[in-house]
Amino acid sequence: MPAALLDIDHVSKRFVKRPNLGEQIAGLLGAGRKTEIVRAVSDVSLTVAKGEVVGLVGESGCGKSTLGRMVAGIYTPSDGKILFGNAPVAKEQGRRTHKLTTRVQMIHQDPFASLNPRIRIGDTVSEGPVAHNIVKAREADSYVADLLGRVGLDPSYRRRFPHQFSGGQRQRIAIARALAMKPDLLVLDEPVASLDVSIQAQVLNLFMDLRSDLDLTGIFISHDLGVVRHVSDRVAIMYLGRIVELAPTAELYAKPNHPYTRALFESVPRVGVGRKNFRPIAGEIPSPLNPPSGCHFHPRCPFAGPRCKREAPPLEAIGPGRFSACHLNTGGTD
Amino acid sequence: MNEVVLRVKNLQTQFQTRAGALKAVDGVSFEVGRGRILGLVGESGSGKSVTGYSILGLVEPPGRIAGGEVLLNGKDITRLKGDAMRQVRGAQIAMVFQDPMMTLNPVLKIGTQMIAAVRAHARVSRRAARSRARDALAKVGIPSPEERLEAYPHQLSGGMRQRVAIAIALLHSPAVIIADEPTTALDVSIQGQILAEVRRLADETGTAFVWVTHDLAVVSSLADDICVMYAGRVVESGPAADVIGSPRHPYTAGLLASVPAEHEPGTKLPQVPGSTPSLANLPPGCAFAPRCAKAGPACTTTPPLQQFEGGRTALCHYPIEPVSCQPLSLTSTTYRSAS
Repeated sequence: MPAALLDIDHVSKRFVKRPNLGEQIAGLLGAGRKTEIVRAVSDVSLTVAKGEVVGLVGESGCGKSTLGRMVAGIYTPSDGKILFGNAPVAKEQGRRTHKLTTRVQMIHQDPFASLNPRIRIGDTVSEGPVAHNIVKAREADSYVADLLGRVGLDPSYRRRFPHQFSGGQRQRIAIARALAMKPDLLVLDEPVASLDVSIQAQVLNLFMDLRSDLDLTGIFISHDLGVVRHVSDRVAIMYLGRIVELAPTAELYAKPNHPYTRALFESVPRVGVGRKNFRPIAGEIPSPLNPPSGCHFHPRCPFAGPRCKREAPPLEAIGPGRFSACHLNTGGTD
Repeated sequence: MNEVVLRVKNLQTQFQTRAGALKAVDGVSFEVGRGRILGLVGESGSGKSVTGYSILGLVEPPGRIAGGEVLLNGKDITRLKGDAMRQVRGAQIAMVFQDPMMTLNPVLKIGTQMIAAVRAHARVSRRAARSRARDALAKVGIPSPEERLEAYPHQLSGGMRQRVAIAIALLHSPAVIIADEPTTALDVSIQGQILAEVRRLADETGTAFVWVTHDLAVVSSLADDICVMYAGRVVESGPAADVIGSPRHPYTAGLLASVPAEHEPGTKLPQVPGSTPSLANLPPGCAFAPRCAKAGPACTTTPPLQQFEGGRTALCHYPIEPVSCQPLSLTSTTYRSAS
């Protein structure tokens, strides 16, 4: 296995909701209101090799976007560290997060929100590389024209504004902006979730082309199991802040191990299966403000036993390259 | 064949703009039988939602229904006005919207809203209305419905709120419920729960559903029949399994082919080139022709509605020949063995 490009080492992220003024006064007067802590990501470890694409899958509140943002240097971890080529991606400076590398870039879900509506797209794409001396200001124009061509847009569009483009085209612009920084690692947060099916295929094809042309490494975040299967080499399934299963894509889809993964596959409607009897997962997704004890999935798990309530199962190897966090693999749930 | 409860005939809905009348819905026809689920599928701008709104008479100026009929139990409801329509809407035909936070009033308890909805159409005591509301909540699988009546919408999760919205739609046992992307905002495990609930309700209560969605996978596992819309027209219709298994219209085929789950990972996905045309600027003849691989010289003229055996139609000059084997079953079996 080649050396790891990205090393996520026992990373946690907590968001603390500080009491506002009224609540502080109430606190002084004796109303015991506690600070609320959201444990968005807890104790996640993952390494990504150069040239590899790892999919992060999970439902709302599972921490997949928070983890992606920490990798992209938008947040710093509360505990643990994220190393990109042996150096941290970001550091905390006072109350601000300072990103330390330009070689990790992020592509966001909604291309309507991620592009500044008042800046011509050519300037959006060239702003970063010019500021960071990747290209000289004189050469920026041809650099942008090149990039737009590369993502399948007509280079003459660079004087236009974002509102003149469709959703799929805007996502191409967002990809061009990320590529302009000559990144080694791309973090893609639900990049096709807001696109129509026929446009989705176009953007996925573009991503796969770029990946092989530029030897990109990627973290691909999505709730769509089909999309992730198509583009990822390995997939991590997350539930309430933890990775519950991590495996090479083909093996995971052929034989999911964790009860949550299995339940997730069961409840996804699929084209071509025909009218089916749904066997959905029972129960609601618990709030990350107040997650269940032990294994977070135990209240919804058909195999849960007393041990699942008591202790959280660690992510353990169950085969070459395969990891799962379930007591069923390590001596049962009693 | 079971009894048809909703028949839409040549529905035309137009929006008056400076650029002229935009035909958002251009001659849509379909019918839904008792207890059946019809999937109305299309991408953004295909007119699927406007079709739903038109059926319920919810299109507001500058939009208007320019022609066609909506027959609910044999009676045309497009010409009903004001109070007469209000008598029908909510009682005989109801709607569920995409975002349940927008449908529920945030400052009223669930119970208050439901009791008002019961008493809008039935002369019953508050007490009787309350017990009907509670029964409706139980019917959609909400645990401890009595307590939920006392809850405010923000105290419920997204999935629960959507269940409440469906329960409200069900209060008067309507013949038809129009559901506009009702599970799009929900997580997959919660979506699975709702779909299972809806299938059961349709089978048990006989209420018919028109399920408006962009998601082919949802439709293929939930619906009995499918209408595929493109640029305001139904381009293909028929029983769900047949349309998914062997699409006859090139657009349906293109959509199905571009679903990633059906392909070998990492391979190039077949894509439909271009993007959906603007209604203000539709190509003459078949609106799909500029993106279609099968397009020929005839496609600049309006395509004929071709009827095939098994209750199938396609709006196309050059429909695809039917395939006898089901090309998609291969990947679905690998999934089954996984479970």
